[in-house]
Amino acid sequence: MLVIKDLKVSIEGQEILKGVSLEVKAGEVHAIMGPNGSGKSTLASVLAGRDLYVVDSGSVFYMGEDLLEKSPEERAKEGLFLGFQYPIEIPGVSMVNFMKTAINEMRKHRGEDPLSASDFLKKLREKKDLVEIDSSLTKRSVNEGFSGGEKKKNEIFQMAMLEPKLAILDETDSGLDIDALKVVARGVNNLRSAENATIVITHYQRLLDYIIPDYVHILYKGRIVRSGGKELALLLEEKGYEWVRQEEVNL
Amino acid sequence: MSTITENISLRDQFLSLYRDRAGEISANSAPLLNEHRDQAIARLEHLGFPVKGSEEYRYADIESVFKNDLQKNFGDIRVTFNIREIFHCDVPDLDTNLLLLVNGRYYNDGELIKKLPGGIIAGSLAQASKDYPEIVGKHYDRYAGASNDGLVALNTAFAQDGIFIYVPEGVKSEKPIQVVNIMISDNDLMAQHRNLFVAENGAEARIVICDHSLSAHRFLTNSVNEVFTGEGAQINLTRIQNEHNGSSQITHSYSHQEAGSNLTASIISLHGGFIRNNIFVTLNGEHAENHSLGLYLSDKGQYIDNYVHIDHASPNCFSNQLFKGVLDDYASGSFNGRILVRRDAQKTNAYQSNNNILLTDDAKMYSRPQLEIYADDVKCSHGSTMGRLDDNALFYLRSRGVDKREARLMLMFAFAHEVIQNIRVKALQERIDDLVNKRLRGELSRCNNCAMKCG
Ligand SMILES: Nc1ncnc2c1ncn2[C@@H]1O[C@H](COP(=O)(O)OP(=O)(O)O)[C@@H](O)[C@H]1O
Ligand SMILES: [Mg+2]
Repeated sequence: MLVIKDLKVSIEGQEILKGVSLEVKAGEVHAIMGPNGSGKSTLASVLAGRDLYVVDSGSVFYMGEDLLEKSPEERAKEGLFLGFQYPIEIPGVSMVNFMKTAINEMRKHRGEDPLSASDFLKKLREKKDLVEIDSSLTKRSVNEGFSGGEKKKNEIFQMAMLEPKLAILDETDSGLDIDALKVVARGVNNLRSAENATIVITHYQRLLDYIIPDYVHILYKGRIVRSGGKELALLLEEKGYEWVRQEEVNL
Repeated sequence: MSTITENISLRDQFLSLYRDRAGEISANSAPLLNEHRDQAIARLEHLGFPVKGSEEYRYADIESVFKNDLQKNFGDIRVTFNIREIFHCDVPDLDTNLLLLVNGRYYNDGELIKKLPGGIIAGSLAQASKDYPEIVGKHYDRYAGASNDGLVALNTAFAQDGIFIYVPEGVKSEKPIQVVNIMISDNDLMAQHRNLFVAENGAEARIVICDHSLSAHRFLTNSVNEVFTGEGAQINLTRIQNEHNGSSQITHSYSHQEAGSNLTASIISLHGGFIRNNIFVTLNGEHAENHSLGLYLSDKGQYIDNYVHIDHASPNCFSNQLFKGVLDDYASGSFNGRILVRRDAQKTNAYQSNNNILLTDDAKMYSRPQLEIYADDVKCSHGSTMGRLDDNALFYLRSRGVDKREARLMLMFAFAHEVIQNIRVKALQERIDDLVNKRLRGELSRCNNCAMKCG
């Protein structure tokens, strides 16, 4: 589904990703862990199409096509979703209107008719219940005045509404209490199927108690320094990131 | 003719025009209006035309819009076709009492004065000054007359007619009153109408003015609105400017507010080549509240200029100016917001903000707050921003599958909506939302819905 080969990315002349390779197949859940500043958000943003970053070399193929050629909206329409580490507040744009536009643009892309008003509302209600977000939030402007937790849940709500093939969740768990964490996990697990895949970027192991990953990768200073099964996350939890630093020194 | 006038100042051209045509002007107007003409002409002679670069007209080049040799009609020229057949307003659905102004004259559809429920009077100002001289005489030129702007004197000297609206004490007008102001001609034309709106104590009125041009000629309008808001009266006045880009429009609005009154006056500028709006408000009694709102969406070579002057002449009053605009292509504009708090106007609350989105490097906007505060117990704030669309917000919307164009429109619309929200008349809000949306999408032609399609 997703094949990243030796990806090098810089911003303002500073190299951030120094050759990342990763393959994600349909049905898999990958976790990417790593200390702050290691390039996790950079990787996620580049995959979603943020033009702030410069791809210096390497390639990314998604569903057999060159992903880096495509605009952010094309990527989204083809089923890629990014849950933002810091969701953006957009005063004046209502959540409902935003979601209606997004869903209908995607349907148009797939050659489907727009959702009827009642079908849309039904879907809205269903997904709101799934992620347990306050009913009034969807009436408000996008993320405006939302608490940290509400913003994160709102990312999962949008994911549930858009039903992506490949979801990349950038630290959706940070700052959440256990109850909210379970909601996030439920959103992800609900979408899990043989056709879909998820990349969870996280700083802590605890989310992985609820979303069991097939693979865990450790990103450190712009490189994947270790990959393994879910036990790698436990090892990391036990030994801390200091251990990765030591390993790096030993390399 | 143009060869001779080349070197004569605009002022002198109009002075001589007045000398030549004063008889005709007066014959086709009304005595009460005529009484003010000679004095106004003397004032014009003294004040002259505004000069670009002066304190009040820093960026607006008034001379250039007067330069064209525009026809002026002072006779009793009536448009001969049925205007209701060719014109349907962009603000339909709105159930209103409709009044028409054509080339600065009240369009007589059988009644020069309409008597509406509750004793509300609406119709031709010239006729009203004959039928209700005590009301018109009490207010006419009271608020605009002291102006130091030669253009106001010009209007007083030449204006023959316009709209008169009167809401008696304690009466609430059920339906909004809509004034459709049309320019239509076979020649390039200049017109100067004069409106007077009076809401007596405790009265409530909603007035909508829609400016349109229905033929592809160069038009110039220099109009004056006087608004009296009595004690505890409430007026919601919305002007929608939608003339074609070959037209120039100068509006002067003088609002006088008594104690406890509330005036919300909005100007939505959608199309028009050159627009200058002068907005003067006097808060003359305690606890008066004024909201002056403006939204402008300009592109190509449009020029938009709002000049606001709020005079806090009494204590405990509130005023809020909110002006927002999006400028595209090489459009340019200016906002000047002046707040004057007089020595006795303690406990004044006065706010002002002007926010602009410049979509290109060539679009230009000048923004200037002017605070003149002589009282010491005052809350005042002002803020002005110039910016682009927020890249982070744009990316966020696009990352959910919304096309770039659509995402930009959503952000622009959201920006504009803040002004519309403040209009507070639900039905009107929805209509204006719709108009603004169309305008941003480029779907609002200058003669939208008009069967004439004059291009
Ligand atoms: N917009 C930016 N401008 C400049 N530097 C940036 C920007 N975004 C990220 N960086 C730098 O790139 C590095 C990686 O950041 P990031 O991808 O956010 O890491 P992580 O998500 O793993 O914490 C950091 O050193 C950060 O300072
Ligand atoms: Mg990050």
